[in-house]
Amino acid sequence: MNVAKVLDAKGLACPMPIVKTKKAITDLQSGEVLEIHTTDKGAVKDLAAWAQSTGNELLKHEEENGVFKFWMKKA
Amino acid sequence: MKAMTSKEVTKKVFNKEPFFILDVRNETDFNDWKIEGENFEYLNIPYFDLLDGVEEILDKVPTDKEVLVVCAKEGSSVMVAEMLEEAGREVSYLQGGMKAWSEHLEPVKVGDLKDGGAMYQFVRIGKGCLSYAVVSNGEVALIDATRMTDVYLDFAKELGVEIKHVFDTHLHADHISGGRIIAEATGATYWLPPKDADEVTFSYQSLEDGNNVKIGETNIDINALYTPGHTIGSTSFVVDEKYLLSGDILFIDSIGRPDLAGKAEDWVADLRNSLYTRYKQLSDELVVLPAHFMIIEELNEDGSVSEKLGTLFAKNHGLNIEDEAEFRRLVTENLPPQPNAYQEIRETNMGKISPDEEKQREMEIGPNRCAVR
Repeated sequence: MNVAKVLDAKGLACPMPIVKTKKAITDLQSGEVLEIHTTDKGAVKDLAAWAQSTGNELLKHEEENGVFKFWMKKA
Repeated sequence: MKAMTSKEVTKKVFNKEPFFILDVRNETDFNDWKIEGENFEYLNIPYFDLLDGVEEILDKVPTDKEVLVVCAKEGSSVMVAEMLEEAGREVSYLQGGMKAWSEHLEPVKVGDLKDGGAMYQFVRIGKGCLSYAVVSNGEVALIDATRMTDVYLDFAKELGVEIKHVFDTHLHADHISGGRIIAEATGATYWLPPKDADEVTFSYQSLEDGNNVKIGETNIDINALYTPGHTIGSTSFVVDEKYLLSGDILFIDSIGRPDLAGKAEDWVADLRNSLYTRYKQLSDELVVLPAHFMIIEELNEDGSVSEKLGTLFAKNHGLNIEDEAEFRRLVTENLPPQPNAYQEIRETNMGKISPDEEKQREMEIGPNRCAVR
């Protein structure tokens, strides 16, 4: 996957992972992919719901040693 | 902007105050479980839809009643409450979020026992779990204690009483028991029904039908009554010939479900026999104190949850199904979803797994869902 930017939001509590994601994705072009790292478990449901409400596409997410990784394609 | 504690919100639930809750969690979590109050109004807008500002919801947030912003852990509700304050609104946020709400216990005195003893109910308002303290003459017995063990230890300290006995009416599937930890901390005896405990990894005192435990010198009797159905070991207690602690067999407006250990079909007959035969033989005057409530309407004026057995036999639908086949259908078909992480919770209560506190919290998120209505 072609990742345009990686956002490190590890150690941040809700709402910061999404606040940062929103900021980071505004700098991207439509169709580019943002990779997000967070340790906030609540972000799993919230990022999926946020993607739905904004039209951005959550391509996939995975967990690795307590770090949740997301790939979000800008609408 | 001020923080409101779960205790303050509980007061509003008990007093049926009008109150407005702006819940900023995602829709799925809100629909699954929220703060319930008879005169509460709700608006659910996820915080991530408010990052650009709250202008769009201002006309939906009332100015003539108190407003509380709620989220999962607190952070997002603080953010949204700040934005509302900047827009000139006076609002509070829920301290600790739904996590704290799930853990809050409100002690309510239910009534007196012989010779100065008393029965207390701990209302876990956010999750609908009820636990009990039977106090008599310097001693106390706890029943169905939750994992918030400090609450019970502090309660005993405040009253200057010693915790001597700790009981679980059954192996719980919806919440993690604090019984074993309290018993270890105080030297109290931990009683469990053996038929629910054949897989537990720790030692316990076997609680059998007809067992009689006395609290304090004043002889407050705790009589064990074997009433299987919700689980195969489920045991009720008659305390001081006055109270019937019904565990998860009988609730105020519903009855227990027999499926949480995967044995619905096998246990239906037990459940029916416990409710329709064993309970039927007891005095109508006994005050039923269940281990759960499901809906906020089950709370009495003072916040306690109790009703006379005779009244339940007259009014509780689950006690008034003549036809056995219909009863079987009610308790085995179209059941509500099972409690969150119920298998892991059972294993934790057996001592098979030992999740950390954060994980335990997460396992318990949501309503108890132990009943069928």
